[in-house]
Amino acid sequence: MSSNATKDHPQLAAIFNRDEPRVDWHDETLWWVRAKRDIAAHKLPEWELLRETASQIKNNVLSNLSTYLEQFEANAINNGIIVHWAATAEEHNKIIYTLLEKRGISRMVKSKSMLTEECHLNEYLLKQGIDVIDSDLGERIVQLAGEPPSHIVLPCIHKKKEEIGDIFHEHLGSAKGESDPKILTETARQHLREVFLTRRAALTGVNFAIAETGEFVICTNEGNADMGAHLAEIHIASMGIEKIIPERKHLGVFLRLLTRSATGQPITTYSSHFSKPQDGKEIHIVIVDNGRSIQLGREDFRNSLKCIRCGACMNTCPVYRKSGGHSYHTAVAGPIGSILAPNLDMEKYADLPFASTLCGSCSNVCPVKIDIHDQLYKWRQVIVKAGYTPKAKTLAMKGMAFTLSSPMIYRAAGKMGRFTFKYAPFAVNNGANPWYKHREMPKAPEQSFGEWYAKRKENKK
Amino acid sequence: MSSRENILAAVKANQFSQADLPCLEVLSTLTATNDNLVEKYKTIGSAGGSFIYEVADYAAIQNILHKEFKPSVKIISGIKEMNEYTYVADVKHELSHSFADVELCILWSGLGVAENGALWLTEEDMTVRVLPFIAQHLAVVISKTNLVPTMAQAYEKIGNATYGYGAFISGPSKTADIEQSLVIGAHGPRSLSVFILP
Ligand code: SF4
Repeated sequence: MSSNATKDHPQLAAIFNRDEPRVDWHDETLWWVRAKRDIAAHKLPEWELLRETASQIKNNVLSNLSTYLEQFEANAINNGIIVHWAATAEEHNKIIYTLLEKRGISRMVKSKSMLTEECHLNEYLLKQGIDVIDSDLGERIVQLAGEPPSHIVLPCIHKKKEEIGDIFHEHLGSAKGESDPKILTETARQHLREVFLTRRAALTGVNFAIAETGEFVICTNEGNADMGAHLAEIHIASMGIEKIIPERKHLGVFLRLLTRSATGQPITTYSSHFSKPQDGKEIHIVIVDNGRSIQLGREDFRNSLKCIRCGACMNTCPVYRKSGGHSYHTAVAGPIGSILAPNLDMEKYADLPFASTLCGSCSNVCPVKIDIHDQLYKWRQVIVKAGYTPKAKTLAMKGMAFTLSSPMIYRAAGKMGRFTFKYAPFAVNNGANPWYKHREMPKAPEQSFGEWYAKRKENKK
Repeated sequence: MSSRENILAAVKANQFSQADLPCLEVLSTLTATNDNLVEKYKTIGSAGGSFIYEVADYAAIQNILHKEFKPSVKIISGIKEMNEYTYVADVKHELSHSFADVELCILWSGLGVAENGALWLTEEDMTVRVLPFIAQHLAVVISKTNLVPTMAQAYEKIGNATYGYGAFISGPSKTADIEQSLVIGAHGPRSLSVFILP
C-alpha cells in the first residue's frame, strides 16, 4: 500500500471491535433488518421472477447505455429540465457550485445522495463558502457528528440513541439526556422545517431515470426530498449514468424490489416522479460518470453497475455487520462498495475485496442478482496480480509460502504451532498474528497428521 | 470534446453485445389476482400506518373529519364536492411557502395499489406540489374501482400519461433512523387518512 494510504479495513475494523457490546448490537440490528427483508420477499410468490426480470432489464440497459442516455437527455430537455454532464467528481462539484454562485445562493438543502458522498460535494461546497444541510434524518445526524454515513440506506445505524441525544442537545438545543427517538425526531422536524422554508436551492439524488419519458424518480420515507425540491426555486438532481431504466413500466419491477430488499417495507412512503419543473422554477440534472464507464468495460465487474442501492448485501454480510460501515473507508460500504471502490482507485481500496468471507449471502439477497461474491473473488486476483495485496495479507501469505516450501520447516512449524496453541494461546490470538484478525484460529489437534501417520506405520509393523 | 461527448464515447466503447429486454407480461398476468382488493388494501395500508375508512359518500367523510379537526384550523381541499374548505384552485397562485400552516389537506387519487397501500397523485390532483408534504395531516379520497393489485397493473394504468410531477404516497411521513425505532411524522404529514368510496 502506498505511504499516503491511511488505515485499511482490518485496522479500522479493529477500532470498531474494541467495543464488543456495540458490535453485537450492530450485528443484531442489521440481521433484524435482513430478516424483515426475508419476510417481505417470501410474501411474493413471484419474487424470484421479479429478481430475474430486474436483472435482465439492467442487462439490456448496460448493453445500450449510450443510446438510453441520449434518449433520456432529449426527453428531459423536452420536458424543460436542464441537463449537465460531468466526467469526474470535480466536474460534478463545479457544476453545482456554478449553478448556486450564479444565483447568489449560499445555502442549500440536500436529500440523500450517495453520489454526492462519493464526490465529497459537501466538503467542496463548504470550502467555497456554501452551507449545505442534509435533510434525511440519519444523514443530518452524521453530518452534525462530523462523520460520513456508515450505510447507504441507514446512515447512522452505528449510533446509539443516547449519542444522538447528546448531538441534538449540543446542536439543536434538545434537553440534556433526552434520548427518546420520538422526541429527537420531533426536534429534527422543527429544525429542518425551518431549513426547507428558507433554502432557495435543493439537491437530491436519483433512484431511477427513465429514458422513454425523461422523468426521474426519488424514493424516501421522510418526504424530505419533496419538501426541499418543491419549496426551492432551483432543484438540482445528481445521478450516476447507471441509474437509467428504459421505460416507465419497468418501475413496476424495481419499485417492488427496492424497499422489500432494503427494509422489508412493500414500498417507500414516497416514490416521487419528477418530469417537468414547476411554473417559474428550474430543475437541473447532472449526469455523472466518475469511473462508471470504465467499470462498464471490465467484463467481470460490469454487473456491479446494476446495483439499485438497496443495502441488502450490507445487512446480510457477516463482515459488514461485525466491522461497521466506516471500516470500508469509502462512500458505499459493504460488499457492493468493495466492488465499486477498487474501480476508482485500486491501490487505495486494495483491502476491500478481502473484507469478505465469500459466503455468497450478498449474492443471494441482491434484488438484481449481481454476482457479488464472485466479483469480490475476481477483484482479489486482479489486485494481487497488479501488486496491490494488502499488507497484512502479504505478510501472512509470505510466511505460509516459506513454511510450505520446506517439509522440514513445515513439520517443525507444525509442532511449534501446536505447542503455542496449547500453552500460550495469547501469543496467537493477538494482533501480531495477521491471520487471527481474519479468521478464528483452529484448536490445535492433539496429533499432527504427520505424527499420526508415522505412529500408524509403526503400529502396523 | 465536451464531457458529454467523452462520456457517451466511453460508454459506447465499453458497452457489451446487445441484450434484449425481458417481457413483463407474465409478471402482470401472474399478479392480476381476484383477491378482494379493498380488504387487501386495508390490511397493508393500516400496517403502513394509514387510517383507512370505507365510506358511503362525501357526507360520511365530512362527518369523520369534523370529529378529527376543529373548524378553526386551516384546511385545503382539492375536491370540489367538499366545498366547506378552501378550494385549492382558489389559492394555487400563492407562494408554496404560504401553506406551511395548513393543518389538513384533502386530495383525490385515481389509482391505489393493494399490494403496498400506495396512492398515485399527479400534479393535477395536488394543484400545488408541496401541499401533500407540507400539510400536518393528509387525507386522500379514492373510489374502490380505482384499486389495482400490484405496481405492475398500476403502471399499466398510468400508461404514457403526461404529468409534470406525480407521486405514489403510501402512508404518513416516517423515519426509523434512530436505532431503527419507527417514528411517524418526519418532515411530511403526521397522518394519512384514506377514504374509500364505492
Ligand atoms: S448490490 Fe444488490 S443487494 Fe447490494 S445494494 Fe446493490 S442492489 Fe442491493
